[in-house]
Amino acid sequence: MALTATAGPELDLVEPITSPVPARSRQPVVLWIVAIAVAALLALPLVYVVVQATQTGWSEMVHLVFRRFTLGLLWNTVRLSAAVTVACAVIGTATAWLVEQTDLPGRRFWAVAVVLPVAIPDFVIGFGWVSVAPAVHGFLGAWLVMTLALYPLVYLPVAASFRGSDPGQQEVARSLGLSRPATFARVTLAQARPALLGGCVLVSLALLAEYGAFEILRYQTLTTEIFFESQRSYNIPVASSLSLILVVVSFAVLGGEAMVRGRGRITRTTRAIRGRRVHALGRATLPALAGLVTLVGLALGVPVGVVVYWLASGGSTTLPSSTSLTGAALTTAGYAAAAGLLATLLALPVALLAVRHPRRSTATLERGTFVVQAVPGLIIALALVFFSIRVLRPLYLSTPLLIIGYGIMFFPLALVAVRTSVAQAPLALEDVARSLGRRRLAVWWRVVLPLVGPGLAAAFCLVFLSTVTELTLTLVLVPTGVQTLATQFWAYTGNLSYAAAAPYAGLMIAIAVVPSYVLGRWFDRLPSRTGHSA
Amino acid sequence: MNIPREVRRPALIVTSVLLGTVLLAAGCSSGPPSGSAGGQTTITLYSGQHQQTTATLVAAFEKKTGINVKVRNNDEAVLANQIVTEGSASPADVIYTENSPALEQLQGKNLLTPVAPSTLATVPSRYSSPTGDWVGVSARVSMIVYNTDRLSPGQLPRSILDLADPRWKGKIGLAQGETDFLPLVISVERTYGKSAAAKWLAAVKSNAGANVYPDNEVLTNEVNAGHIELGIINSYYWHRQRAEVGRSAMHSALATFAPGDAGYVIDVSGAGVLASSTEKMASQRFVAFLVGAEGQEIIAHSQSYEYPLGSGVTTAQPLPPFATLQPAPLTIPELGDGSSAISLLQQAQLA
Repeated sequence: MALTATAGPELDLVEPITSPVPARSRQPVVLWIVAIAVAALLALPLVYVVVQATQTGWSEMVHLVFRRFTLGLLWNTVRLSAAVTVACAVIGTATAWLVEQTDLPGRRFWAVAVVLPVAIPDFVIGFGWVSVAPAVHGFLGAWLVMTLALYPLVYLPVAASFRGSDPGQQEVARSLGLSRPATFARVTLAQARPALLGGCVLVSLALLAEYGAFEILRYQTLTTEIFFESQRSYNIPVASSLSLILVVVSFAVLGGEAMVRGRGRITRTTRAIRGRRVHALGRATLPALAGLVTLVGLALGVPVGVVVYWLASGGSTTLPSSTSLTGAALTTAGYAAAAGLLATLLALPVALLAVRHPRRSTATLERGTFVVQAVPGLIIALALVFFSIRVLRPLYLSTPLLIIGYGIMFFPLALVAVRTSVAQAPLALEDVARSLGRRRLAVWWRVVLPLVGPGLAAAFCLVFLSTVTELTLTLVLVPTGVQTLATQFWAYTGNLSYAAAAPYAGLMIAIAVVPSYVLGRWFDRLPSRTGHSA
Repeated sequence: MNIPREVRRPALIVTSVLLGTVLLAAGCSSGPPSGSAGGQTTITLYSGQHQQTTATLVAAFEKKTGINVKVRNNDEAVLANQIVTEGSASPADVIYTENSPALEQLQGKNLLTPVAPSTLATVPSRYSSPTGDWVGVSARVSMIVYNTDRLSPGQLPRSILDLADPRWKGKIGLAQGETDFLPLVISVERTYGKSAAAKWLAAVKSNAGANVYPDNEVLTNEVNAGHIELGIINSYYWHRQRAEVGRSAMHSALATFAPGDAGYVIDVSGAGVLASSTEKMASQRFVAFLVGAEGQEIIAHSQSYEYPLGSGVTTAQPLPPFATLQPAPLTIPELGDGSSAISLLQQAQLA
């Protein structure tokens, strides 16, 4: 059958070519135009930040940026980013390996459970930890809480990559006498490297912009200061100047990733169609299970426990009506679905361009689109207020504008997922299909979409999960009078009505279970089924 | 070319999910804009006040006048920033905040239009904008909240200056990011001068140590839990906490500083009409309603635990009567938009 037909006999683990997918030679004009339009949309917050920052005046800006306090905040931001990224890389990769490549008992359950923490609002996680263990604060507290909240951003792309990886290479490595650990390091991990790096970039950039959890954990970063400046001093120019520092830091992160990614490349010659390779855990089974139970217990148990506690113990006189709960839940699900769709569609052309036409220009364009992940939601929201009220007045405070805001904010999440799957869809298959006389659209529908489908689904779900819990941008851009689960949760906790807030937090988690489940199951089923038919 | 069934299915699922999404998103249309449509007048209210009380006020106003009010809730400072960014195209007609600095900020940028004199006359003039651009609606008072298991009333500080004493090291908490904290700093500065205020703030910061909290809700909870001995809050946080957890779960109580002390401060919540409003008549009616007898009675009975300021209405909640309070003589213009407190906080490396 067609899929196996492309499996060449090449077994080189490291090929001296520039890309895992051979580059198209012709300049893709349409793709370029679309990708540049996407990049321009994503650049809006940056343009806004620069415009505002220049209003500060150089002397005041230099004074504010280079004072001891700001430098201390920068150090806080950078060291936490580094520590959390390393921890997420280790936990995310180890978890992905256990779930995808071993005979771990209850794999299907774990595949869903380990993704869920990403769907719990940062402020609920923060509240949970502060109520259970008041000692959790400062650097170590922030490190623990953020690692538990963000490791799924590494887990998801790495798991997807393990799914799509070629088990044949591992077998060859073993048959050539490489030990198990060496095979893992030099083959398994090497294959997953782009995904791992992408996940790490997401984690470190997400940390730069994090606000809600740090506020509760009493850990001051540049972003908490940006919120203070814009909320208490009404000083958007200063807040923007501080945001510019975040942008510079994010360039450093992306530059670092580019350097690491550039060294040595791994190629695969075919799509995995033989089913996953299963390592027997043997005596390591119990410790592995214990580790996962601890991880999920800490990441999910604490916040969920707090929600349950609030529900059970509160005496709120103003419990929300079921109609307001249902309404907020439907609105939230609708927004999240639309945002997931938009971000995925925006990511596709950028990913196609970067993967299929790898040049310095396309790589720069792709990396540039990541910067938005480091810009705090409040700043993105104010940027959209600034531009839409001037240029697109009818769109102001409409549902489409809010969706565009989510699309911009969560674009990098979608891009990492889409990119991984596009990179693993062999171009040769399309050529074969086209040579067999299929039309371009038909090729897309019958060949490309099934191959990149899991990546698109992952992107959609990841953005969906993040949108459900988003608060700061939502409060600024949501159509006047409309409530989401997050805004209602915020309204009640601001009133110390935790019992009334709890159902909203519970619903956010419940809504998030669906895409997490889909995500887990989809990865789980696809290759093994095709494996049978191969 | 024959792609197996199982591979094709995801494509179908993706497509149907995406299609469903588009339909769903198309269904979420936004409401009508401000203005009169079909004889029905609609105004847009940007509110940083408590949502429950605001919703009650709005419902009563709509019932009485037939004017529709669309409410946008957010932190008052974000709303003020949003209005500044929106400029003359702002959809907002009325802004209603918990504290005066946000209103002073908008007034300073000429974004407010004067409130009708008859409305201003309902409230003692010292609680409204001196230029008449906004009117005071309700007031709160700063108080000491202390843990009753760890402190007796006799051990409490008499003045806010006492909090700089090393004896409070590690025992007090601070929510310096709250809007409510700025008036305290300005009040200390006004009474004792800038350098004394800076020294005091540095000592308080050192005494608080790691007990720096994001907001007064957390500060109030931490005192009640006994993690710290005391903090300064607006009294209504404590009353709301008691309403939420019940009397039996309370391990904290309120106390005031000595009469006239710099830490004994009145905070004013107010409302104003936007200069860019296209529905100024209806907007003025709404602001008049807030300080009129009906609006003030709603505030007096609400769970916001604030003091009504207008129309001679007094609170119906178990609070010390407003007339018996003996706060520091801090004025609205002295408080301004809070910027002098910000520079002191920055000096103390608290911001």
